[in-house]
Amino acid sequence: MFDSLSERLGGIFDRLRGRGALTEIDVRAAMREVRVALLEADVALPVVKDFIEAATQRAIGAEVIKSVTPGQQVVKIVNDCLVELLSGGEDVPPLKINVTPPAVIMMVGLQGSGKTTSTAKLASWLGTRERKKVLMASLDVARPAAQEQLRVLGEQTEIATLPIIPGQTPVQIAERARQSARLQGFDVVLLDTAGRLGVDEALMAEMAAIAGATNPDEILLVVDSLTGQDAVNVAAAFKARVALTGVILTRMDGDARGGAALSMRSVTGTPIRFAGTGEKLDALEAFDANRVAGRILGMGDIVGLVEKAAANFEAEQAEKMAEKLAKGQFDMDDLRQQLGQMKKMGGLSGLAAMMPGMGAAKKAMDSGAINPKLLDRMEAIILSMTAKERAKPEILTAKRKIRIANGSGTTVQDVNKVLKMHQEMANAMKRLKKMGGIKGMMKMLSGMGGAPGPEGGAPGGDPGGAIDMGALGRMFGRPGMGNLPPGFNKFGRK
Amino acid sequence: MSWFGRLTEGLSKSTKKLANNITGLATGTLPLDEERLDAIEEGLIAADLGPRVAARIRERLADQKYAKGIDDDGVRAVVADEVAQILAPVARPLAIIRKPQVILVVGVNGSGKTTTIAKLARLFKADGKQVMLAAGDTFRAAAIAQLKIWADRVGVPIVAGDQGGDAASLAFDAVKRAMDEGIDVLIIDTAGRLQNKTGLMDELAKVKRVIGKLDPAAPHDVLLVLDATTGQNALNQIEVFGQVAGVTGLVMTKLDGSARGGMLVAAAEKFGLPIHAIGVGEGMDDLQPFTPQDFAAALVGTA
Repeated sequence: MFDSLSERLGGIFDRLRGRGALTEIDVRAAMREVRVALLEADVALPVVKDFIEAATQRAIGAEVIKSVTPGQQVVKIVNDCLVELLSGGEDVPPLKINVTPPAVIMMVGLQGSGKTTSTAKLASWLGTRERKKVLMASLDVARPAAQEQLRVLGEQTEIATLPIIPGQTPVQIAERARQSARLQGFDVVLLDTAGRLGVDEALMAEMAAIAGATNPDEILLVVDSLTGQDAVNVAAAFKARVALTGVILTRMDGDARGGAALSMRSVTGTPIRFAGTGEKLDALEAFDANRVAGRILGMGDIVGLVEKAAANFEAEQAEKMAEKLAKGQFDMDDLRQQLGQMKKMGGLSGLAAMMPGMGAAKKAMDSGAINPKLLDRMEAIILSMTAKERAKPEILTAKRKIRIANGSGTTVQDVNKVLKMHQEMANAMKRLKKMGGIKGMMKMLSGMGGAPGPEGGAPGGDPGGAIDMGALGRMFGRPGMGNLPPGFNKFGRK
Repeated sequence: MSWFGRLTEGLSKSTKKLANNITGLATGTLPLDEERLDAIEEGLIAADLGPRVAARIRERLADQKYAKGIDDDGVRAVVADEVAQILAPVARPLAIIRKPQVILVVGVNGSGKTTTIAKLARLFKADGKQVMLAAGDTFRAAAIAQLKIWADRVGVPIVAGDQGGDAASLAFDAVKRAMDEGIDVLIIDTAGRLQNKTGLMDELAKVKRVIGKLDPAAPHDVLLVLDATTGQNALNQIEVFGQVAGVTGLVMTKLDGSARGGMLVAAAEKFGLPIHAIGVGEGMDDLQPFTPQDFAAALVGTA
């Protein structure tokens, strides 16, 4: 498996370096690789075909910006097309929940796509974010204990559920739910329906009957992001029977590339509203087209990383850091600052996820092989040092280390790990200096993403941000470290 | 209705499309040219075989000479044959040869573990075996209740604790009870988990380890339940669950829908794990043995 489409395209375009506009032959050659990448990401074949054709038309004749390779240019165009398609271009209208109460939201999908969990998550989201009074009702009389499952989830999320009356049909339950919601002053009623296959005529007719009886304001199709080529069939089958208004993509915390998102968006023509990102009942996020596009192409969200970093980094700190970098100095206070920046940027996993080729590290962090609390612990260790120790860590004797360990509630081994990490980072900084300094790093970094600004710098234009990015890029991209930042590999559990 | 009837009925809509893909271009006896090969390859991709496996099958077809030409049915038969050949070595039913034989059932969330367990229990019971279930999904709300209802319907005993309890100790108790009570087959449910969650996978490894304390050979089978609608990620699932839980065989569910489960072909090539059975419906009897020829025929649309 390849990690990065831009790497793969690099080979094809090596011989083309320096030419002006993209020719049809070049573009078609590149698009063959894009096609395989999309198929491996489980985008459905008909969708891939349409998409490739559209992207090809746009790419032919496009100017290759200076300082970018043709391959990167193609990736950029493909990425732009993906984002456009995934986000739907125009602004997505908000959920229709401000109608005359109760607003009815119906959840539909295949068995095991995650409808019941998504129902509870959405209810909880509506309750806490939108301050709505929400009632949930399970219409699933097929799967044993499905209604019981929603009741328990209701207790966990403190969302009301419709009392279970055995023997009622789904349509009866739906009508009762709407009636109860109206009488008891609920703002929104969520109808969790049974899972059904698109080819099951009886159940599809039942779904249409429920929709007909309750006239929902929103009908959301719940789709597993692990879905393969069948996504088009599913989307088409459900769309044919009810007026879908949106999609919820579940299990986005898995390691699937999530091509189903593109298939769903194309076939249903409705916006992808939310992404389920974990087992916990608050793990529901607004769908982010940029992030998913990067994931489908397997190239990471370099743009997001640069922007986020630029927004986070205080210019003053950056300047100081730049000076120190220029001198090749890097002390414990700098390390602490770096850790602070990492935390601001959404912790290790958030940052790592955005770096191209960081799949392994991201996986390790996601899965808990590296504890995000690590940053806190390391910070505590550094804070337990005196100012002098921080500036000159080489004065640390065994006695001092014991004091620091006690002060930070850690062990001497932990202290040593931080010292080792600092040493490795300092070395990395020195090498960075040798490699032509910050400008060289910026170029290298933008080259990695294939989506750079006009001059290959950070879009934010904040040189401080770019400096930090360079340093981090160096840290993360350093070969031979098992894809982890220097020193971090020592904190792995094994 | 036979499972094959169900399978083909469920697949009819989508196989039509695939059959069109594979053969829609040519009428009569024509050479297998690039255009027809392209169509075959795309048909295979649309069935979830993945671009790589599809390309390989295409190459194999291109290597064979059809100088005299080949008609539509011929093409379908040849493709089905290629697929069946890949699948033939992995079609192995689950044999009960120990007492008690401990079967651990694993998989990602929503793949159909609990329903598959009910179907397996029904099958073994019909075979005259003493079957016991263990409700090892202590995480998902009402998962225990769901398996209890199934145990009732099938008419087999069940070992269950409380939601939020320790799955490993429950599994241990279940194995002990199965031994004491002379049970033939013990089927242990587990909570669904995504294979990239190390914490949850560690927990699964622990369940397996603890089961082995009473009988070092147990669990004798570790079944990974795969959802037919899953795409290429199924290969990751097999790999990681294989590493952590020592998967010994596969069961594929939801083949009564429009998904064709082509990644089983890719999986057979890559891992060679036995495919024990396929699920073709929500009822207790909707679990069927895996037959390569029938599966390939349904996949390609010759049925």
